[in-house]
This record gives sequence, structure tokens and C-alpha cells, in this order.
Amino acid sequence: MIEIKNISKSFGDRKVIDDVSFVFEQGKTNLIIGESGGGKTVTMKLMVGLLDIDQGEVLYNGQNFPTLGVKEKQEIRKKIGMLFQGGALFDSQTLEENVCFPLDMFTTMTKEEKLDRVNFCLDKVQLTNKNQLYPGELSGGMKKRAALARAIANNPQYLFCDEPNSGLDPKTSIVIDNLIQSLTKEFNITTIVITHDMNSVVEIGEKILYLYKGKPWWTGNSKEILKTTNPELVDFVFASGFMKEVFNAVNKK
Amino acid sequence: MLLLRVFKKPQNFRVYMRQIIFEIDNIGISSLPIVAIISVFMGGIIAYQSAFAIDSPLVPLYVIGFTTRESMILEFSSTILCLILAGKVGSNIASEIGAMRITEQIDALEIMGINSASYLILPKIAAAMFIFPFLVVISMFLGLAGGYMMGVLTDAFTGSQYVYGIQAFFEPWKIGYSIAKSISFAFLITSLSSYFGYYTQGGALEVGKSSTAAVVYSSILILLFSLIYTKLFIGN
Repeated sequence: MIEIKNISKSFGDRKVIDDVSFVFEQGKTNLIIGESGGGKTVTMKLMVGLLDIDQGEVLYNGQNFPTLGVKEKQEIRKKIGMLFQGGALFDSQTLEENVCFPLDMFTTMTKEEKLDRVNFCLDKVQLTNKNQLYPGELSGGMKKRAALARAIANNPQYLFCDEPNSGLDPKTSIVIDNLIQSLTKEFNITTIVITHDMNSVVEIGEKILYLYKGKPWWTGNSKEILKTTNPELVDFVFASGFMKEVFNAVNKK
Repeated sequence: MLLLRVFKKPQNFRVYMRQIIFEIDNIGISSLPIVAIISVFMGGIIAYQSAFAIDSPLVPLYVIGFTTRESMILEFSSTILCLILAGKVGSNIASEIGAMRITEQIDALEIMGINSASYLILPKIAAAMFIFPFLVVISMFLGLAGGYMMGVLTDAFTGSQYVYGIQAFFEPWKIGYSIAKSISFAFLITSLSSYFGYYTQGGALEVGKSSTAAVVYSSILILLFSLIYTKLFIGN
């Protein structure tokens, strides 16, 4: 479980995160949603320590991450898997080397054990036998899946996904969403997904935090969000004509 | 501050050693062709120009060999070669690390709990400081060989005069001095280029700017330090 308590962040005079609190539950797909520039990615970067927090607490099973020393932070980070928006795969390494990288760095597994684990992870993301391909040889969806394989290689307790569906077609997006959700359930991970893709919200949103201009504006789940009357959230969720029709249909019932 | 992070204890020696070997190949072995070509040509040019500069019958022709050896050992094979390597290796390092920064690969390392500065930069510094002396020594030999070939091919001087010249008044410490210079330049090139790459912000344009800055600053510092070393060790 990860809990954020009253976190705030400013860049110069501009406050981008303003007093946000939320509990991200273990074994659930927790979503942070909001418009572009609403503070989603900053919130995630504050949580993993890529940005320094101005105020508040980020508790990993009770340990306040920002106040920990370098070694303690590194120990927590070893339990974190992260799927970056662009994949962030290492270009000079094959898929096998990419997925094996955290195992090389932090485990004492034998070569055979590592290869087994790599193959297991690549199987999980449906990239079986693609071990020797380089990131440059992969499509956008394959890159995301490969990055997901690397993120889960070292059995993470926490999985962060930064806009896992950006730039993907709807069908591939659903594949990625389902993968994230099944991995979350199977390994009982605390998963945090940042998205503004409404398909994802409806598909996998077990617990949702809606950020509006850096403030926590609404919390709920994928069923509740379709019935919301919060005006800013309604504008965000039902921005498209199709979603408006969905909204009307849901409200008629 | 960055160097403090770079020189922290490696998290996994085996992985670091593997990286160092990779970088020795990437930085050193892949630079051999350009080092060889430039050294042979420069040795030939120095010898040939020296031959034409000596028009007094009072100056013996073995001075050509002597001049070529002194030029190659004291300046070309250390300073000028490192300037060339600053262009090749420095821009490569800055653009590689810069591209990793803008594509979030460095963030990915940090999230994994890896000291990204140490993992990315330390193997490059260690590899360059190890392999540059070999490149310098190879350059010296090839430069002198280039001078010999030029003399023989153009009949500007005889091979025996040249060989006598390169042995005349030989002071072995100058080779050590040249190697020591190249080790310090290796550190300058890799650390400066890594710094510019590591702190790249923005996109492809900024990666290009970092790469240019790495080459420019490395070159200036190489020349500055070469001047200081010359004053300290040769001038005195």
C-alpha cells in the first residue's frame, strides 16, 4: 500500500500539486486521471522521488519515502517497477538484456535462472521468443509490453505506469490494460496508472483519483465515474460525443 | 557533485566490469582506425616538411627523424590525438547519455534503485583512462613509421638517416610524460562529456547542443592543460 498525505509541489510561483492525499491499495489498479498539465505525472514523480516534494508525506507501507536516506530509498526502489510513457528501454540492449538488467544488478540468480525468469516475463506480456530483438525493431505496443516485462522482472511490490496507452490503437490499449490488471491481481501488486484514456478508466479503474489543476477533485471507481455529477469531471469524462451518449444512456437507466 | 556520485562504490562489480570492457571496445578499439590513419599521415607530413625546411648543408638530415620523434611523442600523440578523440569520443558520450536522459532511460535506472551517474559514467572514465595510453603508444609508432615511409617513397631523405635521427638524444621519460598527459586528457574528455550529456534537458536539439559543448569545452581544457604541463615539465 502507498499513501500520500497532503503533498504539494511548486515550480517557481506556480503551484502544480496542491495538498493531495490518497491511498493506493495493494492488489488493485489505482488510477490517477486528469487533463494534460493537471499534475498527474508530477504526482507520480514525487511519489517515486524523481522530483523533490515541497510538503507532505509519501508512505510506502508506513515508511515516509522523501525523508529516507539514499540507501533506504534505493531499497524501496528495488521493489518498484515502472512503465514509462515512451517505454525507456535501453536502446543498446536486446529485449532479453533489458528484462534481465534488474536481475543482473540486484540478484544472485544463476544464468539459467535469469533466463527462465526473462522468458517467463516475456511470455506474460506475449513477447515469447522475441528475446534477441532490439527496441528499435519493435512497434509502439511491443515496446510498452517489453517495458512492462522489465518492470515486473524483479517481482515488484509497486508498479507505476505513466500513460501506458499513449500513442497506441484502441485494441492494443486494451491488451496493455488487461495485462496491467492481470499482473496486479496475480502478483498482488500496488499498481498506479496515470492515464487520460477513458477506455482505460472504464476498463481497469478500481480506484480513481481525479486531479484538477493540481488539486484532488474527485475519488471513486469506474462505475461511479459514469454517474458523477461533478461538473469538471463530467466535462473531462464526457468530452467526446460518444461518451456523452454513454452518459445519457447510463442516466436514463 | 556529479563526480561524487560517479565515484561511489559500484553496486555490482561484475556488471561494472562488463560495462568497462564494453566501453574499452566502444571508446578505444573503435577509435583505432582513425588513430592509425591520422598518425601515419601526420608522421609523414612532419617528416616531409622537416626535410624541406632544412636547406642548410650544415644541418644533418638525421634531424628530420629527431624532429618527427619529438613532435610525435611530445605533442601529436598525446595532445592532438586527444583533441581528435574529444571530437569522436566526447560527442559520442554526450549524445549517448543526453539521449538516455531525454528518453527517460536515466530515470528508469534511478527508479530501479541504480546510481545512474556511477553506472553510466564510471565505466567510461575507467575505460578511457585505461585505453588512451595504448592509443597514444600506437600513434607514436605509426607516426614514426609514417615518417619513414614518406622519406623512402619520396627520396627526401634516406631510411638510415631517419632511423638514426629517431634514436638520437632519446629521453625515455618523455614517453611516460606523454602517456600521463593522455590519461589526464582521457579523464577530462569523458567526465566533461558525461556531465554535459547527463544534464541535458529538452529534446533532440538540446542533445546536439550538449554534444557540441562537450567537444568545445574538452578541446579548450585539453589545450589549456597541455600548456600547463609543457610549462611545468618541459619549460623547467
